[in-house]
Amino acid sequence: MSQPLPLKRQGEHHPDDGASPIKPSRLKIALSSEDSDKKNANKRLKDVEICVPIVYGTTAFYLGRKASESQSHKWTVYVRGASNEDLGVVIKRVVFQLHPSFNNPTRVVESPPFELSECGWGEFEIAITLHFHSDVCDKQLDLYHHLKLYPEEESGPQSTKKPVVVESYDEIVFPEPSEGFLARVQNHPAVVVPRLPAGLNLPSPVPIETGNGKERGDTKDHPLTQWFLNFSEADELLKLAAARQQVQAHIVKLRRQLSLVEGMPQLSKPPSTYES
Amino acid sequence: MDAKDILGLPKNSFPALEKKSRPHKESHRKPDGISREVYALTGGVPPLMPSLDSSQLKKKPPSHEKITWQWLPFTNSARKDNLQLYHWVRVVNGVPPTGDYSFAKYNKSVDVVKYTDEEYDKYLTDPMWTKEETNQLFDLCQRFDLRFIIIADRFPSSRTVEELKDRYYSVSRAILIARASSTGDVATHPLVKEPYNVSQEIERKRALSMVLSQTRQQERRDEEVLVEAKRIAELRMPAKAVEESQLAPSNAGAEVTGRAVPGETASPSNAQLPSITFPDNASTLASLRILRVYLRTYALDQMVQATSSSAGPRTVKRIEQTLLDLGVNLKPRVPTKAVCAEHLELRKEMLTLLNLQKQVQYKEAEGSPFRDGSYNEAPGTPKDWTFIPDTMNFGGERVSKKDQKRKGHGHPSSSAHKRPRKKASEF
Repeated sequence: MSQPLPLKRQGEHHPDDGASPIKPSRLKIALSSEDSDKKNANKRLKDVEICVPIVYGTTAFYLGRKASESQSHKWTVYVRGASNEDLGVVIKRVVFQLHPSFNNPTRVVESPPFELSECGWGEFEIAITLHFHSDVCDKQLDLYHHLKLYPEEESGPQSTKKPVVVESYDEIVFPEPSEGFLARVQNHPAVVVPRLPAGLNLPSPVPIETGNGKERGDTKDHPLTQWFLNFSEADELLKLAAARQQVQAHIVKLRRQLSLVEGMPQLSKPPSTYES
Repeated sequence: MDAKDILGLPKNSFPALEKKSRPHKESHRKPDGISREVYALTGGVPPLMPSLDSSQLKKKPPSHEKITWQWLPFTNSARKDNLQLYHWVRVVNGVPPTGDYSFAKYNKSVDVVKYTDEEYDKYLTDPMWTKEETNQLFDLCQRFDLRFIIIADRFPSSRTVEELKDRYYSVSRAILIARASSTGDVATHPLVKEPYNVSQEIERKRALSMVLSQTRQQERRDEEVLVEAKRIAELRMPAKAVEESQLAPSNAGAEVTGRAVPGETASPSNAQLPSITFPDNASTLASLRILRVYLRTYALDQMVQATSSSAGPRTVKRIEQTLLDLGVNLKPRVPTKAVCAEHLELRKEMLTLLNLQKQVQYKEAEGSPFRDGSYNEAPGTPKDWTFIPDTMNFGGERVSKKDQKRKGHGHPSSSAHKRPRKKASEF
């Protein structure tokens, strides 16, 4: 951040100059700019909401000829960025809790892409726990996904080529992110950062440790990428907007009807049987 | 002198009968688990009243005895004046029954203490009471069996019931203690153990009369205050629990889980907020912010719950059905911020729509009893009729009438005029 530096220079230049009005507090800030960076890094921003769109789910292939009683399918469970971006900037590690019949059912994945592949025959619920970096959040987040191996339609023998894919879209919301976190991710494609309030001075970003930083953490060119489902909000928004329009139109009609019924006490109408 | 006497049946036969019928009765007890009435429907146990055995009724009176009824005089030992009255007496073989008048044993009276003059001077003097008054009091007590209300009424000088009672009980107590050979003997006597407390009695009676004379309004107000106090006490309890839990560090064991499976409240700090506060959007947002991280689906679920908290389960079902009919997923497939906001707004609008529909229904139903125009109303209020064209294509023509001044009158007529609005396919 540029601001501390000029302060520092000013501080250095004018210690003896009585003419220029330097408040002692400024000097203090200048000298401890690095400290204040650290302090600011932990400060929480109330009106900024950071959101990380993710997709999590499973892809399961039938093994065909290679299938055995206990291992008929090869499946992969994963958590990926919704646009296949690298989630390692936010998530430190992911713990997949499998069915107890698996060896070491608690599988920890320390670096992106956060996925796990296994072979098996049964469908069960997988518990996915997301652990975030220390400057992001110290609480973990739990997701649950039901592993599906068998396709909906029973169209004869299963294909080994086409997997059964079940994915869920969701968004991780950090309602009051720390400044340090914000500084680190504000330009990262995996993270959605809203427009920041004017005059916000973020500390300089501190890079986080990554496990094996060499390999790519995104899933854009992943072997399973071709099977990933598409999640576009446009469709849903359209449907919702159309529905809202309809409902609003009905509301208007009803309101008009109601006001007619209520608001017209003295309108005399000459029905045949009525005597005023 | 009872029915058996009149019929001439022997009295002693009953005890013998009892023994025979008791084992008989026990096997006839009703089984547990079903109510008495239900069991009676099945035929059940015969009535428990010991009825006269019908075979007995056919019996002739014992022929070896000669029974006559005679009109004879009798005396009552309970009377002090040897008055002779007459009544019918059952005479057996010419021998009238002996023994006192059978009701004399019910003439019970209270043992009022009698003190001598010396005892009075020694133990019983009191500045507030003269000897004469005390004597009068005790005389009245004796006559009227400690019915203090009558005694107070008859007492020559005006004294309250409490004063009279106080004097009587303290005198009796003093005499009792004085006459007892040792204090230990009478220590358990109720008079000694719990002496009469005048002020307490006065207070108690005043409170009772206050309760009795409370107007209905006061009763209601008291009830409201009690309910309010109860509510506040309940509020205080979880609030105390929240305070205690907030003292503990926030990280300690409190795991925040945002479940993809909706419908579960996550953080324990949320769950401990008193359930009496009505969840609304602002408080839901606040509770969401307390969580450091949550899933969008979870947040949407909380907000949906908050908005439908005011609606009953049937309304919620109707909203969901309408959503499906309009082709909207109950849970959005792509829950982005914008989508969730739109979804929430849509649900709110649907709720508004349903409420409006209900309102219109009621108004129409209100107007319809006066369709005939033959209703006679109080003089001076003009009848107004308005015909409203049907603007909504809910099937069929409906005409609604509304009489403006008739708001408080009677209930809207029921099923005949209600529109079937259950199907959302009306959209």
